[in-house]
Amino acid sequence: MNIFSTKKSWITLIVWVVIIALIITAPSFLPVFRLNLLGRYLSLAIVALGVDLIWGFTGMLSLGQGIFFALGGYCAAMFLQLNSSGEFPNGIPEFFGLYGVEKLPFFWEPFKSSIFTLISIWLLPAIIAGLLGYLVFRNRIKGVYFSILTQAALLVFFNFFNGQQKLINGTNGLKTDVTQLFGQMVGSEITQRWFFWISAILVILAWFFARWIVRDRFGNILIGIRDDEPRVRFTGYNPVIFKTIIFSIAGGLAGISGALYTVQSGIVSPQFMTVPFSIEMVIWVAVGGRGTLLGAILGAVFINYAKSLVSEALPASWMFIQGGLFIFVVTALPEGVLGWIRQGGLRKVLFLIGINQKLETYPSLEVNEQGEVES
Amino acid sequence: MTSPLLELKQISVSFEGFLALRDLDLVLNKGDLRAVIGPNGAGKTTFLDVITGKVVPTKGDVIFKEKSLIGQKEFRIARKGIGRKFQSPRIFENLSVQENLALAVSRPKTPLSLLMNSLKGNKLDEIQRLMSIVNLQSKSYIRAGALSHGQKQWLEIAMLVGQDPDLLLVDEPVAGLTDEETDLTADLLKSLAGDHTVLVIDHDMEFIRRLDCPVSVLHQGHVLKEGSMNEIQKDPLVIEVYLGQSEEEE
Repeated sequence: MNIFSTKKSWITLIVWVVIIALIITAPSFLPVFRLNLLGRYLSLAIVALGVDLIWGFTGMLSLGQGIFFALGGYCAAMFLQLNSSGEFPNGIPEFFGLYGVEKLPFFWEPFKSSIFTLISIWLLPAIIAGLLGYLVFRNRIKGVYFSILTQAALLVFFNFFNGQQKLINGTNGLKTDVTQLFGQMVGSEITQRWFFWISAILVILAWFFARWIVRDRFGNILIGIRDDEPRVRFTGYNPVIFKTIIFSIAGGLAGISGALYTVQSGIVSPQFMTVPFSIEMVIWVAVGGRGTLLGAILGAVFINYAKSLVSEALPASWMFIQGGLFIFVVTALPEGVLGWIRQGGLRKVLFLIGINQKLETYPSLEVNEQGEVES
Repeated sequence: MTSPLLELKQISVSFEGFLALRDLDLVLNKGDLRAVIGPNGAGKTTFLDVITGKVVPTKGDVIFKEKSLIGQKEFRIARKGIGRKFQSPRIFENLSVQENLALAVSRPKTPLSLLMNSLKGNKLDEIQRLMSIVNLQSKSYIRAGALSHGQKQWLEIAMLVGQDPDLLLVDEPVAGLTDEETDLTADLLKSLAGDHTVLVIDHDMEFIRRLDCPVSVLHQGHVLKEGSMNEIQKDPLVIEVYLGQSEEEE
């Protein structure tokens, strides 16, 4: 089936052409520092895609995606630490020495393997999300209670990681920028350039994957669960399984995202599991456009880029701007920016300022429905 | 003698002391069309909730195809062949008419099958057939939320038929429909009986009369009277219940 066959096809296609053109040309005009930032934000777009799947499509507002994000980051960081700790005493990462630990904790062992690490980055968060999700969904906990529960889980994980110096260096986190990968320093320009490309490619792959999930009846069941879960049940579907699967997928995406973010920011720490950060993920999706997938990517990248630009110019003002942006979008553009554009918002603005546009340029609902009925 | 398709035995449902259903007995044979009427609060909807697994009865048993349904999950009961139409139309408003029906006709209803396989030709034909039964062919790509009230009712009935259940439980299918639509709905339900077993709940007497089938009158959680529409309408007890004079008589 043609992936661009929906009624929103034109806008999606145009946005993708622009995104890919920007990604390809970015390394040639952005300084290394900016390129690295862009790479980080592209990796954040992957966790935002997961949030869109569970919130935008399935209607479950998770405030705990930071758990899975951080787990992915820790997996990557543990591997990198082990990979470059050969010259340290006992052959274990340096920080262990500070706490008098001489033997590697058992759960670090498998992370000596690069293959295990590459799998666990997404599989471990996905399994934990699946288990947590199954228990919650089986007991029919939803709505606000689900949100509170995920936030509580986030705090549990935060406090655990924060307190375990002897296991994972506690509040200090694990540094990755001075570690080695393929004989190169992870924080070096050439490695970071590679991570930028990997992030860019994985964002696109993640989008295709998410698009594939929601494209047909599976996605329709998710929307059905969001809109009327009992009806889904009486139609003969078990919502628990669907919710568990999609929550697990979102967890896996968060893990990949966290790993990429970690290697590009140079450190993973329990700060990834703070409450505001997980809420920010939701804001990216809300601003970009719930249930649009592409909106999640755009929201994550643009809000974070704006954050870094604003923070450089006016250090104290970002939180106010972000809060204001969120309130503005929720009240004025409840479908998010992309949802608003798809519903013909731009055309309305052009009309208001006196520039009439031909209908074909920004297809509205009616035109397309006719077009589809005719075909 | 073959065993009945559905048998309710001495069902009682108590909500914190309030008896919504009281020793309710009901038997439906294969191919039956049965109407259930009753004043507001007689327990009509609760009675459907018990069959579909939404409410667990305090006492009694529900036997469907010779097996008890008590304690089963809603989606399992649905898969065993009991379809339900809700009182107010409940369709997936953000999906198109066709997508709504696709979810109803899909089988098996497992995540993997929905994700990996697209609908086969015979299922697509089935969707077309369902849309033609309820006159929605021209609306197949329209968002279901944009349909009129009557069309939503019909879409939900079509979804119910698409599930291909042995037993259809239809709760107030003609609420808010025009007379013409009501007649069409009655004909549709009559045509479904035979292949399916249909249980209709409503309090539109003209509609029930048009169904031309045995009627059970429910009152205060109990079956007051069973019989044809004519018998029912002549019965003094039923008249009292409907005219609200029962308190004096009791």
